[in-house]
Amino acid sequence: MIGIIDCNSFYASCERIFQPKLEGKPVIVLSNNDGCAIALTDEAKALGIKMGTPAHYIDKDVLLKNNVTMFSSNYTLYGDISKRVTDTIGEFVPRMEIYSIDEAFIDLSGIAMKDIEPLAHKIRQTIKQHIGIPVTIGIAKTKTLAKLCNRFAKKTKKDGGVHIATTQQQVDEVLHFTQIGDVWGIGAQHAKMLQLHKIKTAYDFIQLPQQWVLKEMTVVGLRMYRELMQQASIKWEFQPPRKKNIATGRSFGKLLSDAPTIAEALSNYAGNVALKLRQEKSCAKALTVFLNTNPFRPEDKQYARSITLELPVATNSTNEIVAYALKGFHYIYAEGYNFLKVGVNVGEIVPEENVQIGLFDETDRDKNNKVMKALDTINNIYGRDTVRLAVQGFEKKWKMRQARLSNRYTTNINQLLTVKI
Amino acid sequence: MKLVRVGVGQPCALPLMNDSVPAGFPSPATDHVEDRIDLNDLIIKHPSATFFIRVEGDSMKDAFIPEHALLVIDRSIKPVSNNIVLAVIGDEFTVKRYVVNSKGTFLYPANKKYKALQITEEMNMKVWGVVTHIIIDTKVLHDDRDY
Repeated sequence: MIGIIDCNSFYASCERIFQPKLEGKPVIVLSNNDGCAIALTDEAKALGIKMGTPAHYIDKDVLLKNNVTMFSSNYTLYGDISKRVTDTIGEFVPRMEIYSIDEAFIDLSGIAMKDIEPLAHKIRQTIKQHIGIPVTIGIAKTKTLAKLCNRFAKKTKKDGGVHIATTQQQVDEVLHFTQIGDVWGIGAQHAKMLQLHKIKTAYDFIQLPQQWVLKEMTVVGLRMYRELMQQASIKWEFQPPRKKNIATGRSFGKLLSDAPTIAEALSNYAGNVALKLRQEKSCAKALTVFLNTNPFRPEDKQYARSITLELPVATNSTNEIVAYALKGFHYIYAEGYNFLKVGVNVGEIVPEENVQIGLFDETDRDKNNKVMKALDTINNIYGRDTVRLAVQGFEKKWKMRQARLSNRYTTNINQLLTVKI
Repeated sequence: MKLVRVGVGQPCALPLMNDSVPAGFPSPATDHVEDRIDLNDLIIKHPSATFFIRVEGDSMKDAFIPEHALLVIDRSIKPVSNNIVLAVIGDEFTVKRYVVNSKGTFLYPANKKYKALQITEEMNMKVWGVVTHIIIDTKVLHDDRDY
C-alpha cells in the first residue's frame, strides 16, 4: 500500500503554531511580493476567497468584518517546519518520497494490512502533537488513488483525517466521489475532452475501453487509467531527481526602469542560482536572462526579451554565473520602460564531476572552486549573503514586498517567540 | 510490525585520528579519543519537536526563570503534574507550573506576587509543550549586594 500525507493549509498552519489566537479563524498567506492568495484556511475559503486571487482584489470589508489575518510568505519558516514534518514521518516508515513542501508519499509495502490504519492515525497524531501541523492521510494501492483518498478525507471530513481504500467497494466509493477534473495528474485539456464525452467522474473514466484511452490520451492517460484500476504505474522517486533547469526571477516590489538597480536584482538572483547549483553538486552550461514589463498595465509601453548564452565551460561559480547573467542583461536591456521582472534560468545541467574542460579555458577553476567553498562556508555560519559580490549591492530597492512577514521563529535567535509570563 | 528508522543523512562529526607523526611516538591519547561534549545532545532529545522561546516577566522567577531567559520546549513530552509548561489559554501564551491534583488542574506561578489559576473547561487551556531546560546569559542576572 501507498500513503500520501498532506499538510492541511500548510503555510497558514505554520503561522498558527506560533499564533494560537488564529485557531479557527480565517488565515490567508500571500505569494512573493504579497501578490495573491496562495494558502487559505477552510475559514477563509468559506468567505468565498479563492486560491490565486490577487491581494488587492480581496474585499477589504470582508477582511475587516471577519477578522481575516494575512501573511506574506515566510519560506524560511515553512521550510523548517516541513523538514520537521518529514523527519517525524521518517521515524515511522522505512521509505518516503518527499513530493512537495507539504506532501510526502510513504511506502507501506512492508506493513501488515491490519496495522496500516492504526499506524496512519499514530503518524497523524504525532505530527500534530510534536509540531502542531494538522495533516490528512490517504492510503490505497497506487499513488493516484492515495491522492484521491486524501482529497476524499479532506472534503468529507469523515474518518478523522485518514482514509483508506483497499476493497473494490471502497475504491469505487472514492472514484464515484471524484470529478474527472479533480483526478491527480489530469490536464485541463483532457478533463474538458472527457467531459464532452460525458465522463463526469473518475469512475466513469475507468469504464472506458483501454484502447480508447490510449488513442485519445496517449500513454500518460493510460498510466492514470491503470493507477485508478489499482495497478501501480507511477514509480517511486526516493531520491529527488537532478533538476533539469534552475530558475530564479521575481517581480520587483515596484516597477523599475534604471539599469543599475535591475542589474543588482539580477546579480542576486544569479547568485541564488549558483548557490543552488553548488548545493546540488551540479554545473550549468547554458544561461538565459529574461526581462519584462507588466503586461497587466496597458498604459505602459510593453517590452519583453530574453537571451540565452552558451557558456564555454559548465560552471556553478557565483562570479561566472553573475558575470554571464549581466552580459546577457546588457544585450536585452532598453531604456524608457517600466520593468516588472527580471530573472535568470540555467540549463544543460551536468554533475560537477562530469564537467568538460574547454581547450582554451583560461579560468583558474581550482582557485574559483576554493573561493566558492570559502564563500559558502562563511555564509552558512554567518547567514546568507554575508559575503557576496559587490554588484549584488546592499540597497535592495528591487526587493520583494513582504509587509506582513511573520518571524523566523525556528531559525533566527533574534526572532524567537516571546512570551510574557 | 517492524519499523525501521529511515537513515536521514545527518552529518556526523567524528574525531580525526591523524597520527602520521613521521618520527617519535604515536600520541598515547589515540586510543582514548572521545567526542567533545555537545550541548545539543544534552538539551535536544527530539530535534523535530524542539522549539526555543524567550520570556518576559517575573512570574516564574522562583523557578529559576528570570526575565529574558531562553527556554527549551519539547512538544513530544506528555505533560505530567509538576512540569513547567508553555500553555495556551484562550489566545495567550504563558509559562507556568502545571499541577493536577485532587482539587483540579492548576497553573502555578513561581512568585508570591501572583496567584495560581484554576483551569476550567471553558478556558480551553492547552499545553503547547513542556519546558525542559532554561538557558540564561549570566549578564542578565542582577545582584543588589555591595561587593
